[in-house]
Amino acid sequence: MALMLVVSVPAAASDTETAKDETVDVKGIIFGHLKDSYHWHIITIGEKEISLHLPVMLYSKVSGWHFFSSRELEETGSYEGFHITDEGAHAGKLVETLPDGSQLKPLDLSLTKVALGVIINSIMLCVIVMCTARWYRRHKSTDPAPGGFVGLMEFVVAMIVDDVIKPSVGKDYKRYAPLLLTIFFFILLSNIMGLIPIFPAGANVTGNIAITLTLALVTFFTVNVFGNREYWKEILWPDVPVFLKAPIPLLPFIEIIGIFTKPFALTVRLFANITAGHAIILSLTCVIFITAKMGPVIGAPMTVLSVFFMIFMNLLELLVAYIQAYVFTMLSAVFIGLSRPEEHHAKEKVKVNDENTLTT
Amino acid sequence: MDLLIPEVGTIIWMLIAAGIVFFILVKWGFPMITRMVDERDEYIDKSLLAAKEANERLAGIQNECDELLKETRAEKARILKEATDRRDEIIAEAEARAKESGEKLIADAREQIRLEKEEALRSMRRQVAELSVQVAERVVLKELSTDEDQLLLIDRMIDDVKTGK
Repeated sequence: MALMLVVSVPAAASDTETAKDETVDVKGIIFGHLKDSYHWHIITIGEKEISLHLPVMLYSKVSGWHFFSSRELEETGSYEGFHITDEGAHAGKLVETLPDGSQLKPLDLSLTKVALGVIINSIMLCVIVMCTARWYRRHKSTDPAPGGFVGLMEFVVAMIVDDVIKPSVGKDYKRYAPLLLTIFFFILLSNIMGLIPIFPAGANVTGNIAITLTLALVTFFTVNVFGNREYWKEILWPDVPVFLKAPIPLLPFIEIIGIFTKPFALTVRLFANITAGHAIILSLTCVIFITAKMGPVIGAPMTVLSVFFMIFMNLLELLVAYIQAYVFTMLSAVFIGLSRPEEHHAKEKVKVNDENTLTT
Repeated sequence: MDLLIPEVGTIIWMLIAAGIVFFILVKWGFPMITRMVDERDEYIDKSLLAAKEANERLAGIQNECDELLKETRAEKARILKEATDRRDEIIAEAEARAKESGEKLIADAREQIRLEKEEALRSMRRQVAELSVQVAERVVLKELSTDEDQLLLIDRMIDDVKTGK
C-alpha cells in the first residue's frame, strides 16, 4: 500500500512542481489530497495527466442553475463567471463573480471527488454485504458455518453485535443492530478505501467533515427520535435538587447542550483522526521530494527512512481505520442506549460506562 | 479553516447515497446475517444440550449394559453349573443304565450259554445213549451167543453206566 502511495504521489508532486518551479509545495500537496476537488486526478504518465473530470452542478441566486464539466475550468480557470477561489472560507470551491465585482458562493451540488467516492464506497458496501447476505439466504442455520470471506464478515458482525451493540444499547439491541452495523461497515470501508491511493479508492471520504457530520446526524436523529419519555424527562427535569432546575434551568440547559455536543464530538473525532493520519502519511511522502532536492547524500537515506515510516504509518492507519469505525459505532450505541433508560439505577450504570468511553 | 466547513453539496450527496445504502442494508442486508447468526447460536446451544443429554443417556445405557453383563455372567455361570450337574447326572444315569443293561445282557448271555450247554449236553447224552444202544445192539447181536458172556457183558455195562455217571 505504501508502495502504491509512493507511485501516486510523484504524480501530484510533479504537477505542483511545474507550477511553482523548483520548490516543493508541501502544503499544496497535503491539502490537495485532504480536500475535495472537482476533478479526480488518477495518474500522470510523463507529461500526460490522466484525471476524471467530474460534473459541476451549481445553483446561484443570481444566475440560476449551471451544469458543466470541470474540464471547462482547466484552461482559463473560470467558466460562466465561476472560478475556484484560493482564499477565504471557501478556498478550493467555486465562487461566482457578480457583475459588480463581489463574490458569491453558490449552492454547490457538484459531483465532487468525495461525492463520487461516497457513491463508489456505497456500491461496494452494498455488493459486499448483499453477497454475504445471499449466502445466508441460501443456507439453513443447521448448515456448517461459512468460511472464507463470508466467515470473516460473520466474525466481524458477531463481534460488533456481541461486544459493542449488545452491552451498550441494552434490552432491545436487535432493533438497532442493523443500523449500527451499517454505520460501522460504512466507516470502516470508507477509511480503508481512503488509504488505498489508486483510482476507485483514494477519495478522502471520512476525512471530510460533511461526511462525518452526516453520519453523526444519523446517530443524532436515531437517539432523539426513538428516545423514550424517561430520556426527555432526564433532560428537561433531571433528578437533582430543585434549585438547580427551578428558577433558572441550569441543568436542563446543560443537558440540552449535551444533545448537540454528542454528535459534534462524533463528527470531529472521526474527521480529525482520519485527516491527521492522511496528513502524516503525505508529509512523510513529501520528505522524499524535499530531501531529493538536497542531493543524493541526504536524499537516499532519508528516502529509505521515509518509506520505512510510511509503511509503519500505513499499518497504523489501518488500525486507526478499524478503531475509529469501532469507536463511532460504540459511542452511537451508547448514546442510543442512553436514550432508552428503563429505571433510575440502570441508567446510572450506563452513564458511568459512557463517561469511560468518552475519555478514550 | 476551509477544511472544517461542511459543504452542503457533499452533505446532500452523502444523504442520498448513504440513505439508499442504509435503507438496503438495514432492511435486507444485516438482519439476514444477524438473524442467521442468532439462529445458529441457538442451534448450537440446543445441540450442546442434546449432546449432553445423549451423553447422560449413554452413560445410563453403559451402566445398564454393565449391570446386564454382570447379570448375564451370573446367569451363564449358573447355567454352566446346572449343565455340569445335569451332565454328571446324565452320565451317572447313563453309566448306571449301561451297567444295568450290561449286567442284564451278561446274565442273558449266561442263561443262554447255560441253556445251550444243557441242550448240548442233553443232545450229547442222547447221542451217546443212542450210540451206546447201537453199539450195544451190535455187541449184543454178535456176542450174545453165550450165557456167560452175556452176563459178563451185562455186568460190565452196568458198571460202565455206574462209573459213567
